Amino acid sequence: MDKTWNNKAWFLVLPMLVLVAFSAVIPLMTVVNYSVQDTFGNNVFFWASTEWFEELLHSDRFWEAMVRNLIFSFIILAIEVPLGIFIALNMPKKGWGVPVCLVLMALPLLIPWNVVGTIWQVFGRNDIGLLGYYVNALGFNYNYVQDPFDAWVTVIVMDVWHWTSLVVLLCYAGLVSIPDAFYQAAKIDGASRWAVFRYIQLPKMQRVLLIAVLLRFMDSFMIYTEPFVVTGGGPGNSTTFLSIDLVKTALGQFDLGPAAAMSLVYFLIILLLSWVFYTVMTNYDAER
Amino acid sequence: MNLDFSWMAWTWPTAAFFIVIALMLCGMGVWEYVSPGGNPRIGVLRFETTRGDRLFVSLLGSAFIHLAWLGLVGPNLWWALALSVVYAIGVFRYV
Repeated sequence: MDKTWNNKAWFLVLPMLVLVAFSAVIPLMTVVNYSVQDTFGNNVFFWASTEWFEELLHSDRFWEAMVRNLIFSFIILAIEVPLGIFIALNMPKKGWGVPVCLVLMALPLLIPWNVVGTIWQVFGRNDIGLLGYYVNALGFNYNYVQDPFDAWVTVIVMDVWHWTSLVVLLCYAGLVSIPDAFYQAAKIDGASRWAVFRYIQLPKMQRVLLIAVLLRFMDSFMIYTEPFVVTGGGPGNSTTFLSIDLVKTALGQFDLGPAAAMSLVYFLIILLLSWVFYTVMTNYDAER
Repeated sequence: MNLDFSWMAWTWPTAAFFIVIALMLCGMGVWEYVSPGGNPRIGVLRFETTRGDRLFVSLLGSAFIHLAWLGLVGPNLWWALALSVVYAIGVFRYV
């Protein structure tokens, strides 16, 4: 049957286009305008050309925040993906344990980011926090407010606690979609536990793992709320990631020009990563 | 009703930038009208791209070329613009 083709249907997209224009395009245009100007308030602007971009590209502070962000993303991926696979493999596939595990896994994902930050901010304190108090009682000198290493550990553990469940749920969805016939064939062939994982489970999880890795990378690269609530970017600048640095520049120092330039560079990096994400996903689908 | 857009801080160079982008999008619309289908093909990147994809890759790549020029060479961006045009032609021809 031939499909009806009517280009007038494009007008139905118009309301959404207007909405996107007001919520995204106009603010983006304003950011571009601010990025080439300087202001002291009252809507009075001075032309600054590419000065803020040059300053940013030669700024140690920006590159340090970028490196911190990349290291953070790498560490949480290295922890969350294997841990997520391990938990998904050990979750029950039948019986009452399934809904219980699924609900438990979904719980951290339902908590708002600032609440997660507040929970860990209190949890990690060595005077009133359960974690901080007992880690110190065990003889470790743990204080995330003063020690950069402790601050990093806290932020990473918090992220792992918050987001590993996403990897688990995605992997679990991939695992339960494997028909029993695959396992029966493996059993007949006398395949080891490792061989079942390597040649049946891992290939079947490949697609969801790709989604998990890319989602977690993107998310961790844009992380703001949780580390801001827990450490505020400190001690010093040790947990100041790109987004925290951006907010400090824009709202703390009210340097709108440099902040706009930084937003645009940050936006371009995210756009590039999103494109890679989209391309990898769509081409992976096409190959299959 | 008096709409005040002074907070958007428009300048002629930024307006020209957005006008060029808008004209490019209109041009792509006309191109699509004249030759529908987006001309999908598999180029040097070994995956299928339409002409819209090629424009996106050209614009994104050009932005990074300008940033790299600004960071590594200096504030005179005319050569970066020329390089971007060459890059965009290459993308439309081979990607």
